[in-house]
Amino acid sequence: MTTTAPNRTDASKPGPPLRVAVGKRKRRPGGQRGWLYAAPLAIFVIALFIVPLLLVGQMSLSDWPLLAGNRGINAPENFVDAFQNRFFLDALVFTLKYTVIATVLLLSLGLGLALIVQESSRWKNFLRTAFLVPSALGLASASLLFYVLYSPIAGPFADLTQALGFTFLGTADSALWSTVFLIVWRFAGFYMLLMMVGLQGIPGDVYEAARMDGASRWQTFRSITLPLLKPTIGLTTVLCITGSILAFEQFYILTKGGPDNSTITLVQLIYSIAFQGQNNLGVAAALSIIVLVVLVLINIVQIRVIRTDKEN
Amino acid sequence: MHSSRGRRSPFRVVASLVAVGALVGGLAACSSSPAAPESGLAQAGAEGVDDGSTLTLWTRAPLEKQAKLLVEAYNSSHQNKVELTVVPNDDYVAKVGAAAGSNSLPDLFAADIVYAPNWVQQGLFQDLTTNIDGLSFKDQINKGHLDAGTADGKEHVLPFVLDLSMLFWNKDLFKQAGLDPEVGPKNYAEFAEYAKKIQALNLPDTYGTATGLNCGGCTLFTWFPSIWADGNEVLSDDGTESLLASDDAKEIYSTWKDLVDSGAVLPSSIDEAGPTWTAGFTEGKVGLQFYPATLLSSTPFDAGVSGIPGVNGGQSTFVGGDGIGVSKDSTKGAQAWNFLNWLMSEDAQVGVLAKNGDAVSRSDLTDNQYSSADPRVVTINEVAAKGKTPVALNFQQAFNAPNSPWLTMIRNEILGGKNTVDADNDQISAVLSQ
Repeated sequence: MTTTAPNRTDASKPGPPLRVAVGKRKRRPGGQRGWLYAAPLAIFVIALFIVPLLLVGQMSLSDWPLLAGNRGINAPENFVDAFQNRFFLDALVFTLKYTVIATVLLLSLGLGLALIVQESSRWKNFLRTAFLVPSALGLASASLLFYVLYSPIAGPFADLTQALGFTFLGTADSALWSTVFLIVWRFAGFYMLLMMVGLQGIPGDVYEAARMDGASRWQTFRSITLPLLKPTIGLTTVLCITGSILAFEQFYILTKGGPDNSTITLVQLIYSIAFQGQNNLGVAAALSIIVLVVLVLINIVQIRVIRTDKEN
Repeated sequence: MHSSRGRRSPFRVVASLVAVGALVGGLAACSSSPAAPESGLAQAGAEGVDDGSTLTLWTRAPLEKQAKLLVEAYNSSHQNKVELTVVPNDDYVAKVGAAAGSNSLPDLFAADIVYAPNWVQQGLFQDLTTNIDGLSFKDQINKGHLDAGTADGKEHVLPFVLDLSMLFWNKDLFKQAGLDPEVGPKNYAEFAEYAKKIQALNLPDTYGTATGLNCGGCTLFTWFPSIWADGNEVLSDDGTESLLASDDAKEIYSTWKDLVDSGAVLPSSIDEAGPTWTAGFTEGKVGLQFYPATLLSSTPFDAGVSGIPGVNGGQSTFVGGDGIGVSKDSTKGAQAWNFLNWLMSEDAQVGVLAKNGDAVSRSDLTDNQYSSADPRVVTINEVAAKGKTPVALNFQQAFNAPNSPWLTMIRNEILGGKNTVDADNDQISAVLSQ
């Protein structure tokens, strides 16, 4: 194995022990080649992530109306304005509330569905496909679909809701839960898929051993499935929380923040400051930066938690 | 936005912010003095230039029908070709904003006339004063639209399509309710009375009236005229103070609260945010409704039309719709003026707009071959002369935005019954005077 490893230049020399040779010689040409391999990604990351990030940073410190462009430094007023926006606190509270609801529902349902699909052998393929199909639909299209389904004029349930004296999007609570239902419908299959991958990574002999020890189903789930699934649960939690905090399309299309401004998420607030009235990109960028910082903090905490679990 | 997948919208929002920023950044230095590009507007002459150039034109979806008719008529009679882009109503400001930042506005673009004062002040339109002053019929052009596009005595905007709020009623339902199908209500109390009478027919799925109670634009468009008809104002002259806690205004709110409570309002109106606010009437499910006049030609049944009655009588209308001007980024000013000059001509006003049943923008053309065929068009044109267009720099944020204080106020008044009208009105003034 080791004798085939060196590259052509190495092979021509009888030279020192292989390990050293590889270590010494590969550093320069290999390093360059490494950069070359990484370059396409690096270019994308710089052009599509770093540069925009810096620009948002600049925007957040500048007086920057949508229609008039950059008008010079305006720090820290943009941040003060962002915090003092009359919807900031409401949006923050609502976003966190939505995040908790969506995360709990999606993760438990995703795991539940994965277990069902895992267990049943007969309907396995049918169920998997059925749960996963909504994930093939774009979130905006799915939201439009539900907008029509929920519509008290054009929707198929219009007569029913009218008879029951209730509307899907009419009150703050019904609007929230109607949107949560859409999100669960759209994403449960996706989280099921992630959980399934995690479940399949648990070796079968562990289960076999548990069965031989006479563990009940519940014991097996609690003491084997859950602990061994922790990395997957960690990953899905990060995905789900991040996604929920950044919620936008579903509310933009279904509720537009209404009724009575009860469903404004942080990102929607950014959008409305930038494009719907205030037309102030500076304040919108300041709010984006605030959301970014919050997200980074949350993700650091989450990753820490996962890591300590592993070490233990 | 529509083709996106996944939940990464904020990245896109941020990215689009950034895209705007990236493009604007380099131009920041010269943005303070919007030097007019070599657009040739000054040398356009009375007629402009018709030399086979391609002009781009943007408008928003609600006026798509009229815009298409106008562009088709222009293209078939001129060498210049206009390429029309229709943008969804809610996305229009964002699209114009992004284009303004990147200096890529189309040659011509229409603006919701209530946004025109702001956009003119931000320098999005070129000065058309010389060209407009050259029009022999300048004094006959709709004054509300001209004023909205005038800043520091310089005119930037001509009326593109007038959209007037009128009272429409379903003649068939009026007859069934024992009302005179040819005469509309004289004042607000009668309006409510008629709506309740139609509701009292107890027809399945049929209601007295409808509106969009979660739609700032729908409500201001149809309610402000009732205040004007009484000779009162909705805003201070400089557009920085809201006068919407007046007795007239309170009367409107309490009438609507009464109508909602008594079940005479289409139930979906309560959450209606705009997209389908006219659908109930068009489907024949609603007795009478304050309604945009541009929909006259697409109303499939026999509808009666009058101006919007004042709280205590009289009639008025909201002269809405879109103004149009030559963008700051256009280098084909002379050709663009050719389109605008034609737009104001009798060929366009009568041959296209009046023919389609729309209001004309020139008072000297209100009597024409088409209006005599449909007396409702005459009514619309007559009321247009009495109508108004409110002018305020922060109009969008105060009234049209989904989270506007105006929307908060009317929902508190009509659905909440909280009686916080004075405090809510102060909030509108606070936004207007920012």
